[in-house]
Amino acid sequence: MEKKLEIKDLWVSHDDQMILKGVNLTLPLGEVHALMGPNGAGKSTLGKVIAGDPNYKVEKGQILMDGEDITVLEPDERARKGLFLAFQYPVEVPGVSIANFLRLALKERLGRDVPVMEFYQRVQEALKTLEWDEEILSRYLNEGFSGGEKKRNEILQLLVLKPRYAILDETDSGLDIDALKIVARGVNSMRGPEFSALVITHYQRLLNYIVPDVVHVMMDGRVVKTGGPELALELEKRGYDWLKEEVAGA
Amino acid sequence: MPEDLKHIADDYRWGFKDEIEPEVALKGLTPETVKKISEMKGEPAWMTEFRLKALEIFYQLPMPKWGPDLSELEKKFDEFYYYVKPPSKGPVESWDEVPEEIKKTYERLGIPEAERKVLAGVGAQYDSEVVYHNIKEELEKKGVIFVSIEEGLKKHEELFKKYFAKIVPPSDNKFAALNSAVWSGGSFVYVPPGVEVEVPLQAYFRVNTAGFGQFERTLIIVDEGAKVHYIEGCTAPLYTTEALHTGVIEIYVHKNAHSRYTTIQNWPTNMYNLVTQRAIVEEHGYHMWLDGNLGSKVTMKYPSSILKGRGARSEVLSIAFAKTGQHLDTGAKLIHLAEDTSGQIVSKSISKGEGRSSYRGLVKVNPKADRARANVECDALLIDAESKTDTYPYMEIENETAQIGHEATVSRLADDQIFYLQTRGLPEDEAAALIVRGFIEPVSKELPLEFAVELNRLIELEMEGSVG
Repeated sequence: MEKKLEIKDLWVSHDDQMILKGVNLTLPLGEVHALMGPNGAGKSTLGKVIAGDPNYKVEKGQILMDGEDITVLEPDERARKGLFLAFQYPVEVPGVSIANFLRLALKERLGRDVPVMEFYQRVQEALKTLEWDEEILSRYLNEGFSGGEKKRNEILQLLVLKPRYAILDETDSGLDIDALKIVARGVNSMRGPEFSALVITHYQRLLNYIVPDVVHVMMDGRVVKTGGPELALELEKRGYDWLKEEVAGA
Repeated sequence: MPEDLKHIADDYRWGFKDEIEPEVALKGLTPETVKKISEMKGEPAWMTEFRLKALEIFYQLPMPKWGPDLSELEKKFDEFYYYVKPPSKGPVESWDEVPEEIKKTYERLGIPEAERKVLAGVGAQYDSEVVYHNIKEELEKKGVIFVSIEEGLKKHEELFKKYFAKIVPPSDNKFAALNSAVWSGGSFVYVPPGVEVEVPLQAYFRVNTAGFGQFERTLIIVDEGAKVHYIEGCTAPLYTTEALHTGVIEIYVHKNAHSRYTTIQNWPTNMYNLVTQRAIVEEHGYHMWLDGNLGSKVTMKYPSSILKGRGARSEVLSIAFAKTGQHLDTGAKLIHLAEDTSGQIVSKSISKGEGRSSYRGLVKVNPKADRARANVECDALLIDAESKTDTYPYMEIENETAQIGHEATVSRLADDQIFYLQTRGLPEDEAAALIVRGFIEPVSKELPLEFAVELNRLIELEMEGSVG
């Protein structure tokens, strides 16, 4: 069976308002896809729904991971199967050190106890990739972090937990160019046959550093166009209006 | 509600009951009971008189009406056992001499193991009497006294008499009077000038008899420049009848001395836990109260520090966890009597289900206490929509140079935090427990590692099945 994350005719509402209106998207394992689109298209909602955010109601459709329907699973069950969402707005959890949190999360991810040395090696490697000092581990999870630090911390978790399917929700927003490069390096270091990413972004900028295999464009709760990396460049140049017309005309 | 009770019993790991028949059990609160206790302990006449007088005071003082509902308790004073003597020959210094069944209980609680690993001395009390007491030899040689309160009275009467009931007199409150009348068990600690006890001394109180009142009394004297950390833990099995725990803790911290009193109490949910804890701190002395309260039906506990000498300092760190059917009314008092005294109160409370936790605290600055500083921080975390919390911060500031800070926060267990942690693979319950552990971290980080681990485990148990 082909390994992939598959979204099939997904309809999702929030406060009685339909936000996703029949999303279809396939992310084969081993590929990096970009998800672009104007504000309010439903990109972030899609990311959260795939991760299992209970604030959204799936009205219809399926989310399949390697052929298994995960639509009704709890967020933590999805995570343990290898799904990861890098949040657009990472949440602060005061009093919980990153080290402590990462170790608990890794234990869940691997389904076994993690010896200290193994944990330490994984974290060391990730910190090196992200050019981050070890002292970050004793800080409390996202508490008092700058926007950039929070984003970097999401990628730290990504590198330590090594998910199979990662959704990066506007990880580039609020990052200066240096931080952007570091974050991109982190994601690129994960690339390989056992890792997929869906990179949600407004801007072409990030895609200069994380070059996607496929680009999807969402509008008004649907994926309206899929193409190669050149599609992102075209959107950068021409904006979304031409696409809106194309969709309306079709 | 047998199902409910079963659920509580399952949650409460220490809910096991030991099959031990007491040698003596005295029920009812009368002068006869008081005399009998004193007689059985072979006390000097002054103590018998002290007890009887305290009983008179108890009768006279009204029940405190300003806090949690104690009306049920008021009707029951005659139904409790005031003295229960386990079949033991009194405090021994080897676990091998402790009766087998009782020893097993402490092994289940992990006490002998902890003693070998991390403690400088251990006292173990079973119902009314101390059954085991031991202290590392090198400390004994330096003159450190760590014995049961009864032995303290017997062997060190002069020292005992100088401090006993001087910090918390029977007239202080109704429950201090009750304790003064029927006290039994507890520790007597004396650390001579300049002696630093680097590893903690620990006492462990175990209640086993149904309908029992535990009235331990602890007196700690830390002489000039000395240092000590005393830890106390308490548990009891779960019975359908209500139980009462009314302790009195008195601590005298002399000039330049440093002391810490740590207690983690985890009582069954039908226990009235009404404790008076007070320290007097002399010039440049320091005292920390670290107080963890879990379980009980009602807890009323306000560890107090009287900052008597210039530059005396105190910190009161506390955690309270109230679940459905529980009202934990806890807090702290700082009384600044001298110049340059400083104090810090950090109170963390968690209310779950229909549980209610209240912070009640007093900061008092005497006219003479120039440049006194005090800071109060109380944070409440509500787990469910029905959970309750209230804050009663009292301030009596009679000196214009005092600097007083007060900060209170109330937060709810946030769905976005839970979701965030869940997306990292943590099940909902575990995510909630982690958030709670983070919430109390400013306090729990002050605990010795073993106790921090134990507290975290307790929190996890308390949080099971809490969300979703």
